[in-house]
Amino acid sequence: METEILKVTHLNKFYGARQVLFDVNFTLHQGEVLTLLGPSGSGKSTLLRTLNGLEAFQAGTLTFNGQPVVADEAHWQKLRQKIGMVFQSYDLFPNLTVLENITLAPVKIQGRSAATVQAEALALLERVGLSAYAKAYPRELSGGQKQRIAIVRALALHPELMLFDEVTASLDPEMVRGVLEIIKQLSQEAAMTMIIVTHEMNFAAQIADRVLFLADGKIVEDTPGQQFFAQPQTQRAQEFLDSMDF
Amino acid sequence: MDWAVIQQSLPEFAKGFQLTLWLSASGIAGALVVGVVVSLLRYFQVPVLGRLSGAYVEVARNTPLLIQLFFLYYAFPVLGLKFSAATCGIIGLVFLGGAYMAEGFTGGFNGVSQTQVESGRALGMNQWQLARYVVLPQGLALSVPALAANVIFLIKETSIFSVIAIPELTNTALDLIGLYYRSNEYLLVLVVAYAIILIPLSLLLTWLERRVRYATFGD
Repeated sequence: METEILKVTHLNKFYGARQVLFDVNFTLHQGEVLTLLGPSGSGKSTLLRTLNGLEAFQAGTLTFNGQPVVADEAHWQKLRQKIGMVFQSYDLFPNLTVLENITLAPVKIQGRSAATVQAEALALLERVGLSAYAKAYPRELSGGQKQRIAIVRALALHPELMLFDEVTASLDPEMVRGVLEIIKQLSQEAAMTMIIVTHEMNFAAQIADRVLFLADGKIVEDTPGQQFFAQPQTQRAQEFLDSMDF
Repeated sequence: MDWAVIQQSLPEFAKGFQLTLWLSASGIAGALVVGVVVSLLRYFQVPVLGRLSGAYVEVARNTPLLIQLFFLYYAFPVLGLKFSAATCGIIGLVFLGGAYMAEGFTGGFNGVSQTQVESGRALGMNQWQLARYVVLPQGLALSVPALAANVIFLIKETSIFSVIAIPELTNTALDLIGLYYRSNEYLLVLVVAYAIILIPLSLLLTWLERRVRYATFGD
């Protein structure tokens, strides 16, 4: 965990006159799993979305792989191929098959060879246990299956950093585990660097190398994972963990 | 009701029928092309052209086709532009229909969920790739019901062409009535003729709506 992948300094974000993120600072190293926790409306998802340019920020700097991020749409379009993101609503393209969903961006956007990408996509599908569904349409899949495909779709671009935005929040309980297993494997076997917004405390406790605890748009606590769940440093975080029955 | 009168008029109506079909088909084809272009210019907020497209839609939708036709047929020749009546009719239908079709396409494009567009952006797509792979395939499918309603509407609008003496169905009926004073017979043929075009077409379009929706979204 030596190489710095992402560095956020003095990041501030406003919606009009209302400030939603206050002086956010943190650094993320290669292979690290960072979990953003906090009550609803604390700015976790907003922070995550500013990290791949889906939300603009008004002050501060981002550094990705040692390069300062130029925050305009053209530069973000390139960067997003290195920063994969998976959403709560999975959002597979309904008019494309599973395989087409996965290969679209690597082939059409990155210009890689269709045959290579396809072979790779099939291998990834195999790993998440869905190779039988390559030719299926998203409508034929359960929520949990769709979310696993959405993860594979993001991975097919060979990202260096993955962002997970409450990826299990709209799944039935029995679907949650399969999706979380994949994220865990990705961290343990591929040493993928990731930032995870979640409300699954057990999962967070198992996977987080570090926890950023946010409240009201501020980072209240930046603590190693084990320590956060055993003994948070702030009253605010303790109350939050109590409220989550953890 | 005199069936012999109806029978005698049928060859005349057949010509009008063909002309109505031809004018409708040309006008609708043109309107679809104008509509999709105008709507994309607006969706992606293309500088200048997007604004002009917006102005065009407002003008075309807020003036009656009748007045647009008078303008084309009587005012343009004064400016040195003279078209045949049928050409005026098609231009008028494309002008009016293009605006309605544009609104239909726009409704479809705006109906593509924001999260779909975002997931395209998160994969690194630029504006053009978003249009090509996300907004167009889903937006076109969503706009089919509105476009289908416009098709029916525009076919009915061709009846207004009778005022600039294009011998389509309505004009044929009015002419015959003027000549022979058999309103009941000729109006009956007229109604039946429109129904022969519109009812099957309407059923076909409803079927098409369902097919396209299923092929795209699976519901």
